[in-house]
Amino acid sequence: MKQLLAILVDGSVYASWLFIISAGLTLIYGVMRILNMSHGSFYALGAYSGAAMVGWYFSTGSVPWFSFVVLISSALVAGVTVGLLVERGLLRFMYGRDEVVMILVTYAVLLIMEDAIKLIWGVEPYFAYQPYTLLGRTQFMGLSFANYDFMLIGVSILIGLALWYGLNRTQNGKLLRVVIHDREIAGALGINVSKIFTITFLIGAGIGALAGALTAPGLSVVPGMGIEVIVLAFAVVVIGGLGSISGALVGALIVGMARATAVHLYPQVELFVIYAVMGLVLAFRPQGLFAVANARKI
Amino acid sequence: MKHSLLTAATVACAITTGGLSLSAHAAEEYKLGLVTFLSGAASGPFGIPAKNAADLVIEAINDGTLPAPIEGKGIDGRMITPVYVDEAGGATKQTSEFRNLVQRDGVDAVVGYISSGDCLAIPAVAEELKMLTVLFDCGTPRVFEEADYKYVFRTHSTASMDNIAAARYINDNVPELQSVAGINQNYSWGHDSWRDFTETLKVLRDGDIEITTEQFPKLFAGQYGAEISALQVNSADVIHTSFWGGDTDAFVLQAAARGLLADNQLIFTAGETALNSLGEHLPDGAIIGARGPFGPFAPESELNTWFQTEFTERFGTPPTFPAYHMAHALIGLKLAQDKAGVGASTEDVISSFEGLVFEGPGGKVEMNRGKGHQAATEMVYGRLKRVDGEITFTDITRYAADCVNPPEGTETVEWIQAGMPGAECN
Repeated sequence: MKQLLAILVDGSVYASWLFIISAGLTLIYGVMRILNMSHGSFYALGAYSGAAMVGWYFSTGSVPWFSFVVLISSALVAGVTVGLLVERGLLRFMYGRDEVVMILVTYAVLLIMEDAIKLIWGVEPYFAYQPYTLLGRTQFMGLSFANYDFMLIGVSILIGLALWYGLNRTQNGKLLRVVIHDREIAGALGINVSKIFTITFLIGAGIGALAGALTAPGLSVVPGMGIEVIVLAFAVVVIGGLGSISGALVGALIVGMARATAVHLYPQVELFVIYAVMGLVLAFRPQGLFAVANARKI
Repeated sequence: MKHSLLTAATVACAITTGGLSLSAHAAEEYKLGLVTFLSGAASGPFGIPAKNAADLVIEAINDGTLPAPIEGKGIDGRMITPVYVDEAGGATKQTSEFRNLVQRDGVDAVVGYISSGDCLAIPAVAEELKMLTVLFDCGTPRVFEEADYKYVFRTHSTASMDNIAAARYINDNVPELQSVAGINQNYSWGHDSWRDFTETLKVLRDGDIEITTEQFPKLFAGQYGAEISALQVNSADVIHTSFWGGDTDAFVLQAAARGLLADNQLIFTAGETALNSLGEHLPDGAIIGARGPFGPFAPESELNTWFQTEFTERFGTPPTFPAYHMAHALIGLKLAQDKAGVGASTEDVISSFEGLVFEGPGGKVEMNRGKGHQAATEMVYGRLKRVDGEITFTDITRYAADCVNPPEGTETVEWIQAGMPGAECN
């Protein structure tokens, strides 16, 4: 019972973390058909800006709880600003090109951003651990969990709900879905596709940066951290089906639960289990679980 | 008269040309390939302190200002010019980088490697390219246990020393020890560390030890929530970890927030690197190792005082064991090269490096394993204790080199399982 509880909680926390990381990635692919390799850099950017600002904030001796606002807002500002630069300054000149070209372009952005991060913040690790311990911990059945991790579950649910509501219940969301369905017809009908692309990329970059900021308090923020997570994020969105938000959610849950089960019951297969799940899903559904159907054009 | 004039002229010529060649030699540079993590999770706590130590020691060697007994400017009179390479990217990339260093940059020697994966990959290439290579930080015992190398040296002990000493320490210092659990990285370093630790405990306690859980998360996984729960569910008297670098940082932060560190006795075999950055999260009683007599466990000496003071002044933080490892590798290389003499061949340098005994900032280094290519040093553990907010250590125990290192020509596991015959402990 204790073990089952631990698996459920650990799986949910890990899944939340994975979902926050991969939501932006799958959103950008869904709308823009860009497999955004630079997503990992936005994650790292959010972690660095959040950690640096939180470090500075605590050095001023101000009220601790406000550090959450500092953490999240600094990451969002950094993510959206750099996202705007990347989209308006580079990506918009590339739209309409082959998906492979876009992978190369965003990979180049990843490499440039990795070096830019090193240039700005150096290679020394940054720590922003205060928010992680600020919320205390909860104990039940001899297990102890950090409340920060429960907050992570809450944030991931909020992001999921916001994306679902935004895409399905708002005017702009419906326009976005029209663009996803057929960008040429959408353009011909007078929808400003370029503007929608910009907004989508900014939301995706912002969520990526937010994921980094929320992760930062639990570890040391170091160069290369973005590349470590991008592989995991790809595994999640591939399982869920590229471009599907609900797919990313289900993919994250499957990976999270599979990993937690492995750690508790078969620790020796932990390394392998994520890719085993991915292989299994793709063997039966090569497009992923919730692949967005492509309309056939005549 | 004619004869003596000829002799004088010959002697003068010899002196002049000799002098010229000597001064030409002195003007030459000693190009040194230096490989350490400059990016990635291992850079902050490992790669950068090692690079800082390299900068400091190389500058002192070039200026001839290293404290006694290390004398002379440069390496056999040549000024060292470092060529830095980032170790990030994995073993395949590193073998290409190694070839670049040797064949394109034309280095005279290579000092490098933190990751055990890289240390297992590089020696074969070093042999092929006949390049003098000093492994400065990696811990896998397999390097010299599985093969003999002519061109490869390692100036510190292997992970076997860390874990044999760890087992001895908890056996001696944890009353009513019945069970252990482990969390180690899922690659050679983590597996070897856990194996040596548990095998030694089994021998020391005649098999009377329970292993509650063995966790092997991915290297640089960053998230250890499930593993921490597993350690809480399968509670043990002592939790062993050989985590290093960013993994130590992440694990300490997450485990501290969840109360694991306060509620359990942990032994960190490579925990010393986290002291400066995350010391406040480590509870009193945590057992810390520094992979040898380094950092807070380094013996007093003029050289150590110089190293500690200069390093702290220049970089704002005290040197941790990767910095000591780098200093030892550079000093060992310099002493071997100096001993071989000016203009010596690589083979001559190898001969003088084999079996070399020298004093580094971390004390005595004896190259008396691996046919003279592998060092054995003492190992130290202590319990963390805060005194007026400052981190100090109690219950410090020093284990002699021959107590925690398998003897020459013996494989670690075989030696442990045979009951560690011939171990000479204090």
